[in-house]
Amino acid sequence: MNNTQSIHILKSESRLHMARRGAAAGVPIVLGYLPVALTYGVLAGQSGMSISELTLMSVLVFAGAAQFLAVSMIAAGTGAIEIIIAAFVLNFRHFVMSLSFMNRLREITLRAKLPMSLGLTDETFTMSSLHKKEAKQKYGAYFYASLILTAYLSWVGGSFVGGALGDVIPSRLSESMGVALYAMFIGLLIPSVKKHHRIVFIALIAMTVNFICQAWGMSEGWSIVAGTLLGGLSGVWILDDEGEDI
Amino acid sequence: MIIWAIIGMAVVTAVPRILPAFIVDYVHFPKWVDRWLNAIPYAALGALIFPGILTVKPEAPQIGVIAGMVGILLAWLNLNIIIVIMGAIASVFLMTF
Repeated sequence: MNNTQSIHILKSESRLHMARRGAAAGVPIVLGYLPVALTYGVLAGQSGMSISELTLMSVLVFAGAAQFLAVSMIAAGTGAIEIIIAAFVLNFRHFVMSLSFMNRLREITLRAKLPMSLGLTDETFTMSSLHKKEAKQKYGAYFYASLILTAYLSWVGGSFVGGALGDVIPSRLSESMGVALYAMFIGLLIPSVKKHHRIVFIALIAMTVNFICQAWGMSEGWSIVAGTLLGGLSGVWILDDEGEDI
Repeated sequence: MIIWAIIGMAVVTAVPRILPAFIVDYVHFPKWVDRWLNAIPYAALGALIFPGILTVKPEAPQIGVIAGMVGILLAWLNLNIIIVIMGAIASVFLMTF
């Protein structure tokens, strides 16, 4: 085997290696998404949406909370414009998250960043953001793309199965699994807090702002945006410039 | 009607997600904004955990709180995130007998 050949194989192996690692990092999201996606499929079916409509919504929107809201509005006979406005408000937080994520991926080309930005959810964002070193590694884009794709396929697949077969998980188990995504967020936050205790203040400020805003009657969507922005702002003083390594 | 709602939702969800990819291509932020953006994941985690976790069982908010504390404990012990998730699910399962 000549040199160029072996280098070529090495390259494709490390691409595959990064993609495999990304898929593995996406498994906790799959665990959290499946019960939620199944429930969405079941409720959407009951609201009068066809299987192709409810699956198409998962394919094109890929945003759990907004899809649940849309299903309840469709069931209540609300008009399309109001549903679209509600989805915008609820999903605007992804703008803030995407800005943070894309700023970290400056080294990755725009062509690769575009599809990844489309797959940004609360879960893919937080999971990707806490896997920082891959952004600096060669073929890091394969890691993030594969993480996002794994999550996406489980969301779309789970929605379809929920719509087609109904609840395949016993109801008590699927209800208990509703805690999975919260537990995943906790499991992502704690290791960072252990490493640098002061990070807990960023999260606590965000929680407090979110809670107060919702108590004042602000919508959940804007409250999460406010909590994320103000909690993050405290990071200007809390993080150092090597914040990348935290 | 539903198809237009779906397409509209897709557009208003996609645009805020995509825009930042272009923004970071054209704008370089000062250091303090970089720190702000680097802190966003921790802030987002906080805002996504609380008060939402109280609604795991809306009629019994303490169940979410206890499951969250189980999650914190398991994560603090450096257990794999899958174990953290399973532990929280198991604690809700046991509390809802």
